[in-house]
Amino acid sequence: MTSIATFINIGERTNVTGSAKFKKLILGDDYEAALAVARQQVESGAQIIDVNMDEAMLDSKAAMGTFLRLIASEPDISRVPVMIDSSKWEVIEEGLKNVQGKAIVNSISMKEGEEKFIEQARIIRRYGAAAVVMAFDEKGQADTEDRKVEICTKSYQVLTKKVGFAPQDIIFDPNIFAVATGIEEHSNYAVDFINACKRIKETLPHASISGGLSNVSFSFRGNDIVREAMHSVFLFYAIKAGLDMAIVNAGQLAVYDDIPKGLLEAVEDVILNRRADATDRLLDVAEGFRGIKAAERKADLSWREAPVGKRLEHALVNGITEFIVEDTEEARLEATKPLDVIEGPLMDGMNVVGDLFGSGKMFLPQVVKSARVMKAAVAHLNPFIEAEKAKGGGSARGKILMATVKGDVHDIGKNIVGVVLQCNNYEIIDIGVMVPAEDILKAAKEHNVDIIGLSGLITPSLDEMTYVASEMEREGFDLPLLIGGATTSKVHTAVKIAPNYLKNQAIYVTDASRAVGIASSLISKELRGDLIEKTRTEYAEVQQRHAAGQTARKSLTIKGARANRFANEWQGYTPPKPTFTGLKTFETYDLAELAEYIDWSPFFQTWELAGKYPKILTDEKVGEAATNLFNDAQDMLKKIISEKWFAPKAVIGFWPANSRVDDIETYTDEDRSEVGTTFHTLRQQMARQGDRANFALADFVAPKETGAADYLGGFVVTAGEGVDARAKAFKEAHDDYSAIMVQALADRLAEAFAERMHERVRKEFWAYASDETLENEALIKEKYQGIRPAPGYPACPDHTEKRTLFIALEAEARTGVSLTESCAMWPAASVSGFYFSHPDSQYFGLGKIQQDQVDDYAKRKGWDEREAKRWLAPNLG
Amino acid sequence: MPDFEKNQKYLKAEFEKRILIIDGAMGSMIQTYELTEEDFRGERFKDWNILIKGNNEALNLIRPDIVEDIHTQYLEAGADFIGTNTFNGTSISQADYAMEDLAYEFNLEGARIARVAADKMTAKTPDRPRFVIGALGPMNKMLSMSIDVNDPGARASTFDEVRESYKVAARGLLEGGSDILAVETIFDTLNCKAAIVSLHELRDELQLDFPIMISGTITDRSGRTLSGQTVEAFWNSVAHIEPMSVGLNCSLGAELMRPHVADFSRIADTLVSAYPNAGLPNAFGGFDETPESMAAQLKEWADAGFLNLVGGCCGSTPAHIKAIAEAVANVPPRRVPAIERAMRLSGLEALNVA
Repeated sequence: MTSIATFINIGERTNVTGSAKFKKLILGDDYEAALAVARQQVESGAQIIDVNMDEAMLDSKAAMGTFLRLIASEPDISRVPVMIDSSKWEVIEEGLKNVQGKAIVNSISMKEGEEKFIEQARIIRRYGAAAVVMAFDEKGQADTEDRKVEICTKSYQVLTKKVGFAPQDIIFDPNIFAVATGIEEHSNYAVDFINACKRIKETLPHASISGGLSNVSFSFRGNDIVREAMHSVFLFYAIKAGLDMAIVNAGQLAVYDDIPKGLLEAVEDVILNRRADATDRLLDVAEGFRGIKAAERKADLSWREAPVGKRLEHALVNGITEFIVEDTEEARLEATKPLDVIEGPLMDGMNVVGDLFGSGKMFLPQVVKSARVMKAAVAHLNPFIEAEKAKGGGSARGKILMATVKGDVHDIGKNIVGVVLQCNNYEIIDIGVMVPAEDILKAAKEHNVDIIGLSGLITPSLDEMTYVASEMEREGFDLPLLIGGATTSKVHTAVKIAPNYLKNQAIYVTDASRAVGIASSLISKELRGDLIEKTRTEYAEVQQRHAAGQTARKSLTIKGARANRFANEWQGYTPPKPTFTGLKTFETYDLAELAEYIDWSPFFQTWELAGKYPKILTDEKVGEAATNLFNDAQDMLKKIISEKWFAPKAVIGFWPANSRVDDIETYTDEDRSEVGTTFHTLRQQMARQGDRANFALADFVAPKETGAADYLGGFVVTAGEGVDARAKAFKEAHDDYSAIMVQALADRLAEAFAERMHERVRKEFWAYASDETLENEALIKEKYQGIRPAPGYPACPDHTEKRTLFIALEAEARTGVSLTESCAMWPAASVSGFYFSHPDSQYFGLGKIQQDQVDDYAKRKGWDEREAKRWLAPNLG
Repeated sequence: MPDFEKNQKYLKAEFEKRILIIDGAMGSMIQTYELTEEDFRGERFKDWNILIKGNNEALNLIRPDIVEDIHTQYLEAGADFIGTNTFNGTSISQADYAMEDLAYEFNLEGARIARVAADKMTAKTPDRPRFVIGALGPMNKMLSMSIDVNDPGARASTFDEVRESYKVAARGLLEGGSDILAVETIFDTLNCKAAIVSLHELRDELQLDFPIMISGTITDRSGRTLSGQTVEAFWNSVAHIEPMSVGLNCSLGAELMRPHVADFSRIADTLVSAYPNAGLPNAFGGFDETPESMAAQLKEWADAGFLNLVGGCCGSTPAHIKAIAEAVANVPPRRVPAIERAMRLSGLEALNVA
């Protein structure tokens, strides 16, 4: 992991002065794309990256800090040291404050005199950086060999003797200037540099030498082939003379041996100043290389000519169903028995897919497509296998039971994991959603499975999983238990689930890509023990850290937290009045309108593709996979709309309301004398610093004692009936890809519905922002006034408030959405929540709450201690 | 103020002869006193509106007797160095208790208590003077990690705030009589670099040439600091303070720390220290290494030539320190190697320019 380098490439593309593209990205605030530039530099071989933000239109200091902090979050970039490059001292210092590694400052010099030079060098030493020292003094930049050596020598003496700067941390830049400019005096610049390198190395021990390479070929801008050749030739001679590093575009260097002979000679003449007409001769040669680009490859069907086994592999890897039946049939005719086709070429192909996925060269949507191809092939073979009375599928690696636990209806994640495991030849027994513990255990015995996998999305499912684990323990099960789903975590598994199941081991699975590795270790007799042992040790650490974190966390008493409530200025504030109070139902809704409000980024997350839409479509790594997925999604979306696959429904309501401490009371009418419904909110109890308040949602509604006439809103929206039936039909047709796709799109449409309805509430129904005009992206970033928090989410994590909300909205009767015993909504593609209008209302996370608030809340809700513990568990210690 | 020059002379000679002993854990010893919220509050913090049980630094003001008692137990066990009870004593860490304004006082008093304990023991064994390490612990705010999943560039604090916070604590530690300052349990190197800048500034302002110890921590089996650096990258980032010693503490327990201490031993042209936890935390939050088993492991490191300073961190007790001191008593100390001069840079990984 430590590199020892003899010549160092410094990446130059993250430099606004040298790269028009990078400059445009930074000026456009597109830091994500700017990071991609840095990543590309490291990937193509830069061992250090030069960062320069010197641009008049830019707050260079802020940009330097921001970019370096962003780099710090990208381990594949920040593994290399940074060169902080600026002509402004304040920008350099900002850079030094934002890198944990040992960096290089580029640059300091004596151009403003010795005193300033000494001062800056001292500061750099304190921050522990190396420094590039330009051959530059009050008289100017050194151009001749002698001047270069003279200034470097003087600088060296000052740094080592007066500042105590370590000589090995000095890097001289003796100035690379352009040659072949047509000006006579410039002809020897490269030679001057090369000779100066030699003398510096001989006389100034331990110091290094660097330079900005692209300068040398400046006069051949636009002719990449000649420029690259000039760079290579220059480096070839300068490195021999002692050049240690150079700022280069690592992707744009010719291989010295590959330079065409005629060009090489002309370039060498110029660099080494070997003949008077060198420049003219190079200009002549250069004409021949202008504007040449690499030939583009064309997509073709040549893979169809390969033998059938290779064709099957190609179809699996590339997810092509077009020829799968004919190829499978051909393979069947060649094979002794039909089962051999599955166990031979098809499994070989899936193994290739598995390897590519495991090494990050394929992505989830592609794998699921591969599975579709596989299933089509198997479906073709099955009748023949049946006919032969052969034992179908008996060779699976192992059997895994999968279920979404009782009270929870979410199964996209579970389906994805199931498909990926199937791709890897596991037999999956999927017993669906809302499965009670006893049914899970019964099915596990019946099918004699090797592993049980539990899935869940909402927080009450965490408790249910713990319960399943303890039931497994009680019934003497000795099978590994895999835990997955959005709210599950390693900490929860380690602290809450694993200790309840000591007979075997509960293991948290981050995502589908990890599932295969874990399952195969658990099935393997040799690896199982190791994995379980490793998991136990790791979880013991997690438990310990968790316990330590508990005592270290500081909290206020609930009384103290209320004293620090979010203090809205209610005096002089008139809450906006909705255009109606009571309920309004939307029996159906235009799907095309909703489609425009889709936030696509989470859609890609569902498929385990990381990145934001639309940039993800052009992402270097996953762009292709994302684009294909997106196109498939658009095709299906069109069908959903034109063939009306779903029937969206909604209900919204507004009530006169005021807060009382941490509760929100709604009233039956404007008299505000009779309480209709009381909603209970929870308050943050973490000790705060500075002005930060301890929030509860009640803070955003005017307190009763202010006398202000405030309101609260509520909503339930759903993509409606139809989703489940479609998904089931796809599954039966062996098309899991489309099954998952239809569920994922339904989820997106439900979220889009919530977004659209909220917009109409603000502009039309509550009408406090009737002149609001926001694009979809601004909506996604929540740049509007008011919030719509949902019970079960961080600001109000108690799912049972959904029950109160559903009664107040008569939601089941009006929308067909019902609640399970864990308060999950069915159909799953539904969203519910509250509307708050106050301009200061904002989302927050409740965090951990203390026993005093639990007692208080239980009293308000009419709960006993057990029930309080159950529903508030995620926010307890 | 201690006589830094005299200290240095004694220590230089002593480090040639033997492995010196650092004390063990303060926090877990305090827990054995089973103090209540009221005990922590005392009279002074009676009406503080935040729960302060667990804020060990407050004990420097409220129960100095307990802190001194623990120091004395470690000195009697054979420690040459005792660390002040100031692990969470920076204003940034204390902000959780709204006690940021007390940071200087906590550190000043923490150093004074340790000074008294050390001086009492030195009076008893004048040929073996004891030293106070002013402890600068980690902060709950990291300069290299984002606090907002949606904004990887967001930070809880700035370099200058961290530097200023360390400076206040360090000033208190020096004015309370510390012989050495230690930046320890470092999990974010950028915080450490801010501490280093503040220590440079204090050396200038106070005109004192006090020695400095640097001790990082490896948080998991990746073998890296929490902020992602390898041992060598870390060393390249902090070597410019020219510390008296560098090494690791806390972390994984001795067994898993061994290869990383071996790394320091190989690459650092200064003394190497190690004070691990008493084993890995077990399922009940305790630590499993007995004094005998921990001492046996550390003796093996000493035999391998890794160590100049050794002690214990979380879970270790005076009994552990006594066993360790006895185990390494006759083992020759590590020889500081001559390291070739080269530009040694780092990102998360080291880049040495040969």
